[in-house]
Amino acid sequence: MVEVKRVGLPLSAEDAAGLRVGDMALLSGRLVTGRDRVHKYLVEKHPGKGDIPFDLEGAVLYHCGPVIKKTDAGYQVLAAGPTTSMRVEMYEADVIRQYGLRGIMGKGGMGDKTLRALQEVGAVYFQTTGGAAAYLADMITEVAGVWKLEEFGPTEAMWLFEIRDFPAVVTMDSHGNSIHKEIEAVSFEKFRTLAGKI
Amino acid sequence: MLKLRDGIVELYRKVASSLPPDVEEAVKGALAHEAEGSGAAATLSVILENVKRARDTFRPLCQDTGVPVFYVKVPFGLSQKELKNTIMEATREATQKVPLRPNAVDIITEKNSGDNTGEGFPVIYFEETSGGALIIDLMLKGAGCENAGQTYKLPVEELAAQRDLEGVRKCVLDTVQKAQGRACPPYILGVGIGATKDQVARLAKEQLMRKLTDSAATGEIAALERQLVSDINELGIGPMGLGGRTTAMSVKIAVNHRHPASYFVDISVGCWAMRRGRLIW
Repeated sequence: MVEVKRVGLPLSAEDAAGLRVGDMALLSGRLVTGRDRVHKYLVEKHPGKGDIPFDLEGAVLYHCGPVIKKTDAGYQVLAAGPTTSMRVEMYEADVIRQYGLRGIMGKGGMGDKTLRALQEVGAVYFQTTGGAAAYLADMITEVAGVWKLEEFGPTEAMWLFEIRDFPAVVTMDSHGNSIHKEIEAVSFEKFRTLAGKI
Repeated sequence: MLKLRDGIVELYRKVASSLPPDVEEAVKGALAHEAEGSGAAATLSVILENVKRARDTFRPLCQDTGVPVFYVKVPFGLSQKELKNTIMEATREATQKVPLRPNAVDIITEKNSGDNTGEGFPVIYFEETSGGALIIDLMLKGAGCENAGQTYKLPVEELAAQRDLEGVRKCVLDTVQKAQGRACPPYILGVGIGATKDQVARLAKEQLMRKLTDSAATGEIAALERQLVSDINELGIGPMGLGGRTTAMSVKIAVNHRHPASYFVDISVGCWAMRRGRLIW
């Protein structure tokens, strides 16, 4: 059985550098969410650090559009699994460099452009289980803030979550390794055999 | 149609928060098949734990409660217009009550309607039935897997896919190879073959409503369904794309007649969280 690493957020440069593909991690601390609209906005409008209410330096950005219920006591997260990361491939490298992110979390992995940016700044990509939204919501202990709720709506807003023992696997590391890339290469060879000579 | 509206709201709740028994069984079967202590086994265990937690607490099992797709069988004499209104009202109510994630976005203003209704949203297909009961089937189709779908116009030279079932097999494999782990495997795949691209897209998606335990009525098609499950699992993409023995749990194929000059194949990719259910009224 693989050893599980406990990782505190925001990620330190040392922690990020120490993570390798295949590592199972339990994340605790604060992270922010962001998906299609947040990425488009960050890259097109370049808001300064002072314009964003959360500190993105060293932060983990989670590709997630949660189901949130507003109660008298505040916001309650009902379901919060990952969304497909590849949709923001065209933006992510710029976002990582500009805002100093040290981690991305989502599902399905990302492409070469993001992999190079991770290596350049010393950041990692975590994959968590797609569709496991109720289970993962149970690892979110607090909604600590939200940005762009009115403009983007609850699905696309940037949420600040406090999480505890949130399970994830490092699938792209800061040393240029990607499990997604490896598996795609192996499956492509199988595909060529199965589909006949093409 | 107040009571019917309540029934549809409950259908939404059930479909959003519980995995159909045949799909859950297939996930359990996949877990038994993966190597102990592997990432694939760990992923499938989390999936099963999630299914249990969502069902026990009536929460959406995936945060993407998807595009609602209705297949409605209407007895003679019932107004489809009224049924559509009732479905729209139930959708607004279910969005609040279940709750569902609001997913209907205006193309021009980029504004989310906030209640899962809009132009062509939800998707509703009506068909008249000779029986006396109104049958409402609902699928909540997640967008991660919807985005992985493909349409092919055979022949496709790059795949050496000719206009025959062998060509269809290559198209389905190509779709899964392109999807990798991005659309939440282990997958359920719906395949439609026929004369026009609108028709095969609908046919492919409709196959996702079939129980995983059934197989196509025609021998050749049933054989292709089995062959494809075996071929796809050879790819080794595995649960959530981390590698493993189960990439597809099921492949469902349906065919229509085609035009001599056309051979369209559409593949609708379904994630493991294949949420579907039926209300009989």
